[in-house]
Amino acid sequence: MTTQVVDTAAPGPRARGRRPRAGARHWYAWAMCAPVVIVTLVLVGYPLARGVYLSLTDATEATMGRTIGMNTIPSTYEFVGLSNYAGIVTSAEFLTRLGWTVTWTVVCVALHYGLGLGLAMLLNRPLRLRSLYRVLLVLPWAVPAFVSAFIWRYLLNGEFGVVNAMLRAAGLGGIDWLDDPLWAKVSVIAVNVWLGVPFMMLALLGGLQAIPRELYEAAEVDGATPWRRFRHITLPGLRPVAGTVVLLGTIWTFNQFPVIYLVTRGGPGGSSEILVTYAYRQAFEGIRDYSGSAAWGVLILALLVVMAVVYRRALRTRGEAW
Amino acid sequence: MRRGISAAAVAAALALAVSACGGEESPRRTAAPASDPAAVSGQVTWWDTSDATNEAPVFQEVIKDFTAKYPKIKVDYVNVPFADAQNKFKTAAQSGSGAPDVLRAEVGWVAEFASLGYLAPLDGTPALDKPEEFLPSPAGSGKYAGKTYAVPQVTDTLGLLYNKELLKKAGHDAPPKTFAELKQTALDVKSKAGADGLALNVDAYFLLPFIYGEGGDLLDVAGKKITVAAPPSVAGVKVVEDLIASGAAAKPAIQDSYTNAETAFKEGKVAMIFNGPWSNTDNLGGAVFKDDPDDFGVAPVPAGSAKAGSPTGGHDYAVYAGSGDLDASYLFVRYMASAETQAKIAGKLGLLPTRRPAYTMPEAQANPMIAKWREPMAAAVERPWIPEGGQLFQPLLEGYQKLAAGQRPAGPMLGDVAKAYQGLLKGWSL
Repeated sequence: MTTQVVDTAAPGPRARGRRPRAGARHWYAWAMCAPVVIVTLVLVGYPLARGVYLSLTDATEATMGRTIGMNTIPSTYEFVGLSNYAGIVTSAEFLTRLGWTVTWTVVCVALHYGLGLGLAMLLNRPLRLRSLYRVLLVLPWAVPAFVSAFIWRYLLNGEFGVVNAMLRAAGLGGIDWLDDPLWAKVSVIAVNVWLGVPFMMLALLGGLQAIPRELYEAAEVDGATPWRRFRHITLPGLRPVAGTVVLLGTIWTFNQFPVIYLVTRGGPGGSSEILVTYAYRQAFEGIRDYSGSAAWGVLILALLVVMAVVYRRALRTRGEAW
Repeated sequence: MRRGISAAAVAAALALAVSACGGEESPRRTAAPASDPAAVSGQVTWWDTSDATNEAPVFQEVIKDFTAKYPKIKVDYVNVPFADAQNKFKTAAQSGSGAPDVLRAEVGWVAEFASLGYLAPLDGTPALDKPEEFLPSPAGSGKYAGKTYAVPQVTDTLGLLYNKELLKKAGHDAPPKTFAELKQTALDVKSKAGADGLALNVDAYFLLPFIYGEGGDLLDVAGKKITVAAPPSVAGVKVVEDLIASGAAAKPAIQDSYTNAETAFKEGKVAMIFNGPWSNTDNLGGAVFKDDPDDFGVAPVPAGSAKAGSPTGGHDYAVYAGSGDLDASYLFVRYMASAETQAKIAGKLGLLPTRRPAYTMPEAQANPMIAKWREPMAAAVERPWIPEGGQLFQPLLEGYQKLAAGQRPAGPMLGDVAKAYQGLLKGWSL
């Protein structure tokens, strides 16, 4: 539309200097976009491209060149193609970790959504002290994740933790919250649910408030039971919000580093390690394996991209504009 | 451009450096001649990894003495938690910004840092003062590929710490000397003294005395062999398995294992633990030893069928190669590692000096811990000072956790560890 306007200008000797282009006329729009584009390219594009490149080499902390003061280390890393990926995919650990990571993600997101929706519905009705409840329920979200993780680690300490002290006081035996492989998994899921529910609750509360009241009133007049109203008005009305928050929640949970790393350190014996924490350990313990960690990162990214594409397509086939 | 020292100073101080790359340096100031150290000015950032509550105040006090002696040098003291320091330093050193001038490096880190070019060689600099005074094992930790990259600060090893009162109640006047006695004593404490006998710390480092005791080791460096899954090593880990299975050792905590064992010991809930001299202050401040420091016993780790052996630990002072104030850093290290300073630290904290003369100084002798640790130190075994040394612990830790949780027995567990080592150490045989 812009080009048309410019093109109608008669080509004359005076017009030759300035090329009649959209960019020329709307240069300010481009100029205003430019900072964002440049920052995105620098902050996202470059590291991503560099990561992909490194994943195809055998670069480590020892083979990457650098000069520090009087010491000069030459670069000696080489291009190795896809061998990093082959090594990861064929390792026995990969499938075990992937299995637990998927379980962890599905359980956490299901609980986030279920509990978040329940709380959102409670808070969506008029009740006394509603704002106080909201503040309290949002609190876990306001505390930095690492602080929460540390607090939970202390609370769940087998011998000196508060949780076991309470259990013992109630005449029950203590539980090896963090020392038993199964309980450690339960513990990290509990901590992550505690951390993630507020976000779901807030997002779904917003969704609930966007559903027109009239629909409920009309349904009530027609004699619909609360359950039917929930199924046929609330759930469909929430779908646009739910689709997004579930996708976001899945991505976050899949990559939820601090909870696992700080609460159980992936233990005991590596049993609660998810892909990202395992990759971190592989890459950053001892002499850092940059190429290996980049390959892990690209692999995790690829898994999530595939998941997101499939999910979006599924939503779209159900006729939802996302 | 980063601040640097003059090319002349580099040449003078580091005539030995193989590839003194002066290209990046820009002259900032004229370094004072070494003969007049008081004239050296500059700023030294020191990352201390000592215990922030118990030990750090003493180091800060020593720094005050240093700045009194060298008023033109400003020391920026930063206490970095030990567990984070290695990674934090590597990140900073690699990126070229934020690394300290001087680092308190665990003995196992030095070879790795040096191999990566992060450390300044210290031979011929003021930092390496009277090197012949150092005990050989700690001094070995500071050397890599024929050069000295770090100066030992303290040395340590693991000993058997015991509660004399609880042992007496169980009918034992002396601490156990062998693994068999350890088991028996622990069982006696459990049945007669109303406390647990032994608390294990589920950490790879703390597994070493058992492996050494039966004649095993993680690696045979000279033969380039991985020996962690060899029969003697397996025999050592089986001792641990038996201690847990028989109930001689209380069911070990896996997460926060160190803290739990330590807390149980200083609160009198367990009679014996393995730990090093760095825990002296912590232990003596605990509920049971606060009023009866004489009840706190220190003995060498019990012996297995081969010997009594425990790993050589400790910390070194290392200078960052990219330091903007190398001269001031060297002087700082020289002062901090001097026999006088070591004696002072030993006297206040019971940390073991790395210089022979420090042991005979009255300040050090005033602390009864120094004498108490002399015998355990005799059992210290030198560790492999190789760049991959720091990576050996994680696979063993995971294995130990599985063993303690009853998931994997000693033999197969160590087989897994050996396999992990093969991935780390290229060209080593099993």
